[in-house]
Amino acid sequence: MEENTLNEMKEMVLNYVVKEYIDDEDVKITYETPLISSGYVDSFSMVSLLVFLENKFKIKIPPSKATPEAFDNVNSIVALVNQYLNK
Amino acid sequence: MSYTEKTRDLYRGQLAEIKNAGIFKEERFIHSSQAADIEVEFPSGSDLKKVINMCSNNYLGLSSHPEVIRAAHEGLENRGYGMSSVRFICGTQDIHRKLENKVTEFLGTEDTILFPSCMDANAGVFEAILTSEDIMISDRLVHASIIDGMRLCSAQHDTFKHSSMEHLEEKLMLHSDKRLKLVITDGVFSMDGDTAKLDEMVSLCEKYGAMLLVDDSHATGFIGKTGRGTHEFCNVFGKIDVITTTFGKALGGASGGCVSGRKEIVDMCRQKARPYLFSNTIAPVIVSGVLKVFDILSSSTERRDKLEKNAAYWRKGLTDAGFVLKEGNTPIVPVMLFNAKLSQDFSRDLYNEGIYAIGFFFPVVPNGQARIRTQISAGHDISHLDKALSAFIKVGRKYGILGLTKDQIIEKYGQ
Repeated sequence: MEENTLNEMKEMVLNYVVKEYIDDEDVKITYETPLISSGYVDSFSMVSLLVFLENKFKIKIPPSKATPEAFDNVNSIVALVNQYLNK
Repeated sequence: MSYTEKTRDLYRGQLAEIKNAGIFKEERFIHSSQAADIEVEFPSGSDLKKVINMCSNNYLGLSSHPEVIRAAHEGLENRGYGMSSVRFICGTQDIHRKLENKVTEFLGTEDTILFPSCMDANAGVFEAILTSEDIMISDRLVHASIIDGMRLCSAQHDTFKHSSMEHLEEKLMLHSDKRLKLVITDGVFSMDGDTAKLDEMVSLCEKYGAMLLVDDSHATGFIGKTGRGTHEFCNVFGKIDVITTTFGKALGGASGGCVSGRKEIVDMCRQKARPYLFSNTIAPVIVSGVLKVFDILSSSTERRDKLEKNAAYWRKGLTDAGFVLKEGNTPIVPVMLFNAKLSQDFSRDLYNEGIYAIGFFFPVVPNGQARIRTQISAGHDISHLDKALSAFIKVGRKYGILGLTKDQIIEKYGQ
């Protein structure tokens, strides 16, 4: 995948995560920030992120793959999405 | 023997980690009945100290009320100590059903089922009424027992930002295809002391065809002009599909809880809720005490009126003194300190001044939101509150935080 596209995807996911989950303006999220293990996103809230990814990228992620580990930072989320793109 | 040294070391290591993180919980032994004035042994083995209790859920001051104690005695004499059974085998007495009917009338619902605790009510209700075809949509700050209950349920779950009705509406639209939709909130949020916007939530639920569940444990008995709860306060009495609540706080404070709401939902709990089916019935002595509590609350609003006045007096006193508080209008008044260590030091110094109030910090509250949570009671007199206020001001001066803003406190102590 081209670098530009990859970065666009990361930015898209990052923007969604910040809008959906981060209330505190002082909190700065990067592609590496742990989201679930650090408490920014609770595992119950992951479903909306899953729906967002599936709708945005026109993919279907099996529930068994949508784990807290796979969703723990923007980089790992985008890596997961890439596994199911063009399948 | 399978409890090896290796196993023992594993647990010791985990306990050491908890201690090193500064979040090891120690019990303080109270040598008196629960009340505004208590005698405490802390640390363990030390002399008893008389302190004013500013952190109990004894909102109405009924935990040691003479009429409640007398009713409990009578219950013990007339119905015995234990039932040695779950409800549906041979554990239901006439007084259990009488209490269920009384709760139904008080909360303005269709029916009620008792549970050993509200923790058990929340553990059982979701699994009993929802399946994988359904969705639970909960406020992000709901109580831990609701989170545990949702984990036990096969329905999908999603959350909305705390008290954000716009976000809730987005989620209701997002999940419009689900068979049943259940919106879940606390009535009064226990750590912040704010109230859910139940009027707006009822409207949204009606608009999108969702049910509404409210855990009113920190509200039943005193929120609303006759103390019926957050639904009365928000003018949606009779419109909540499911209310879970506890007898372990304002309603005498012993133990027990319930699910109260639509008849079919209560019937489903009676057939399927596992903590109801597989746990002992509430002891007759407690049922008898809670029945008396409802008699007291139904005959007069005096205690909840006093509580309201006390809470307003306390909040104004702290505000005038220059503390940063969480906004709210309930007897839960969090004094914000933001820094975890400061909250622990502040609590210790208050105790030395004869005031018992606990500091809370992450992970009980969000990171950087450490606080002393104070809880006001109808059992407090103005003299208690004045003495507590003097102690708060003395300790506040010691740490130089009076009159400082949130940012200034964080600048001084870190977050």
